[in-house]
Amino acid sequence: MTHGRTQVMKDEDQRERRLVDVVRARGAEQRPGPAEVVFRLEDVHVHYGSFLALRGVSLEINSNEITAFIGPSGCGKSTLIRCLNRMNDLIPGARVEGRIHYHGQDLYGDGVDPVEVRRRIGMVFQKPNPFPKSIYDNVAFGPKVIGMQPESMDDLVERSLRDAALWDEVKDKLRQNALALSGGQQQRLCIARAIAVSPDVILMDEPASALDPVSTGRIEDLMEQLKRDYTIVIVTHNMQQAARVSDRTAFFNAEPAQGTGDRTGLLVEFDRTDTLFTHPADRRTEDYITGRFG
Amino acid sequence: MTALSTEALAPSRLRRGATRTGARILLDTAFSALLFVGTIVGVIALATLIWTIIDDGWARLAGDPVAFLSSYVSRLPARAGIRAALVGSAWLMVLTALFCFPVGVGAAVYLEEFAPRNRVTTFVEANIANLAGVPSVVYGLLGLGIFARFLRMGPSLLAGALTLAVMSLPVIIVAARESIRAVPDGIRLGAYALGATRWQTVRRQVLPAALPGTLTGTILALSRAIGETAPLLVIGLPIVIFTLPNDVRDPVSALPLLIFDWTSRPQPAFAEAAAAASIVLLALLLAMNAVAIFLRNRYTIRW
Amino acid sequence: MSDINRRTARTGERVIINGLFVCAVLSVAVTVGIVAVLLVDTVQFFRHSSLVEFLTGTVWAPGQGAGEDGRYGVLPLLNGTLMIGIGSIVVGLPLGLLTAIYLSEYANPRVRGVLKPTLEILAGIPTVMVGYFALQFITPSLLRPIFGDERVFIFNAAAGSIAVGLMILPIIASISEDAMRAVPSSLREAAFGLGASRRQVSLRVVVPAALSGISASVILAFSRAVGETMAVTIAAGNSPKVTWNYFESIQTLTASIAQTVQGEVAAGTVRYDALFALGMTLFLITLIMNLISAAIVRRFRQEYS
Repeated sequence: MTHGRTQVMKDEDQRERRLVDVVRARGAEQRPGPAEVVFRLEDVHVHYGSFLALRGVSLEINSNEITAFIGPSGCGKSTLIRCLNRMNDLIPGARVEGRIHYHGQDLYGDGVDPVEVRRRIGMVFQKPNPFPKSIYDNVAFGPKVIGMQPESMDDLVERSLRDAALWDEVKDKLRQNALALSGGQQQRLCIARAIAVSPDVILMDEPASALDPVSTGRIEDLMEQLKRDYTIVIVTHNMQQAARVSDRTAFFNAEPAQGTGDRTGLLVEFDRTDTLFTHPADRRTEDYITGRFG
Repeated sequence: MTALSTEALAPSRLRRGATRTGARILLDTAFSALLFVGTIVGVIALATLIWTIIDDGWARLAGDPVAFLSSYVSRLPARAGIRAALVGSAWLMVLTALFCFPVGVGAAVYLEEFAPRNRVTTFVEANIANLAGVPSVVYGLLGLGIFARFLRMGPSLLAGALTLAVMSLPVIIVAARESIRAVPDGIRLGAYALGATRWQTVRRQVLPAALPGTLTGTILALSRAIGETAPLLVIGLPIVIFTLPNDVRDPVSALPLLIFDWTSRPQPAFAEAAAAASIVLLALLLAMNAVAIFLRNRYTIRW
Repeated sequence: MSDINRRTARTGERVIINGLFVCAVLSVAVTVGIVAVLLVDTVQFFRHSSLVEFLTGTVWAPGQGAGEDGRYGVLPLLNGTLMIGIGSIVVGLPLGLLTAIYLSEYANPRVRGVLKPTLEILAGIPTVMVGYFALQFITPSLLRPIFGDERVFIFNAAAGSIAVGLMILPIIASISEDAMRAVPSSLREAAFGLGASRRQVSLRVVVPAALSGISASVILAFSRAVGETMAVTIAAGNSPKVTWNYFESIQTLTASIAQTVQGEVAAGTVRYDALFALGMTLFLITLIMNLISAAIVRRFRQEYS
């Protein structure tokens, strides 16, 4: 894509305009009732060994909303989302300071079982990772493993695949290996797998970044439907995506730590999506969304 | 509808046991315990093995080590010694190394650096992989039929060394190939760019860099060979012998052969002697492995 | 790459490269040698002994002297070899697999740093010593106290199985562990993310995904057990018979070879030729198993691509 300079600036203007249009077009949505706070983060810091990856994050995530984390790479978005379901526990040397409240309970409190946490807070990953089993067994894995005993596993599998907008495409080949599906289908399978265990929250770490635009669109439509039943938090490096689907957006940035050359992530601004994209309060946010960096 | 009630899945119940039933938590703990036990059994078995040998043989060895090491075999266990066997094993090792190191490294160099990717090469590689899985006693039959009988070497140092060399060949080839493969291509490309031929590059850059890893692998292969009994037994190397070899065509004994013979005798005193000889063999193995590890740690280039 | 070879190699270097080629081809010569030496004398053996009796006879009793009066039915030896093979897998597979799972999924780097060398040491113990251990410890201090002196022979298949089991444990553990570690961590993450416990992730995701490598390791270990000579000769005895009583003494293919060569074997006798017939049997069994093992690894390599 070779553009002259003037063309680049025209694209910037176009991008800014489109973002604003997108957000304005959504402004007519009505929120059903008062929001309930699902996550409350107070001054959260995350260390990997001696490296401070993220500092001073405080925000709230409401139920039945889509909250997006955006920002340039390396600013701690993925780190933060993995704290929400204690996936960071699996990394040796990872340390979380500050408080993360989940429905009023300290997520990292004494006696809290990470396994229980993950049964309520599900996750979809950047690169689709279906098990090398049949489509059916992929969806049925979660319920089996956590001890759900549904009256009909077949019904549960079907419901999950319908809710993930995949049923029609796979209903005749449930016993086929999941790896035979396309990338977009695999990701929807992973979503079906996640919702089969009836989670409270679904975390999505760049769910569409490995997919083509058509599949991306379908995943975004899916998110709109899913938020009726689940609370959704997504990490995305695609601003338009955040503008299109999210209700609230948190913009993260990375700044060099004192002394070392490493960069520490921090939360710059957190607001309703329409506000953040049309009237960002912080200069850095404005620079990012207009494409001046990142 | 589901056995897990909504109450059980309530966000407030994050403690252990909310949805994970007692049975499942028990399974998790029991499995961890099972893993630990399964792992530790192997370790305990090894420790018991080494302890048994040392316990059985220490008195015999420490009682008069010089006599034990310098006496020949005898009908009387108290007077039996490992002299011929020890010297024989040492000679076997030296000669085996002499045969299999050049050939093994040569084959590895050819396969890694010069061989075109065609069916012949694939066949040769598959063949080497198969040889690695052939039982040692079959190598003994090879030694018996070809070296000892057909080539009329008899049960000699030469026949024994050749047999052990042939047996160690696949292992050395694999070790050497891995070391050669570990040398980054950048080194080779740099040499070519300066106008070196392929052989010059291999001889002056690749081989020296791959040498520590190759030596380590060779020493480890030899330490396996030195503990092998079956091939030497089949060739017919003697256990009762009162001379040391002067010439490669002389018969030799070997330490593992002697251990086998003494272990097979009913008198408890011979069992002690077998254990004592085993301690010597273990010490030899320990020394060789220590040298190998030292070489690896000290001289391996970390690219 | 061979362009550089042909273009710029000097004459002297051509000779060297040919020499290296010879080294590589020598390995083929070895195989040819093995096959030839086994084949020639096996054919010779079957001139004197009937193939049918070999394959179906239940008595293995090499004759004295020229061996003309011997009975050469291989079934008792096959039976013995099979007993040791199965027995050693019964011992080595659970222990090896548990160790592999522990090393791959549970252990921290420090523990691994201690355990892996320990496994290598176990693998490096000479087989005569393991045989000694079986005879002097396993039978008198383990088997006989538990099962009774009258029931357990001094030489018995159980002790041989335990000994060989200990020897193949490192093979199963190390290859299975490699196979498990090769399972992409994204699969583990997916399972953990769903709320599975470590046990469930290990048993329901990792082990199934690594199954081809684990199976290959088991077949390889079985092949090694079949070819094992000294430990079984010392521990399991030299009584060829068809039995399934593990407390009795038996004789394996390998032990029979070891026993025969310890006596008088003049070349050209049936006893001598019988050695090679046994060797051929062994060679074929292990060859087939090694090929199966390699095929399994090749066929299922794309399990999670």
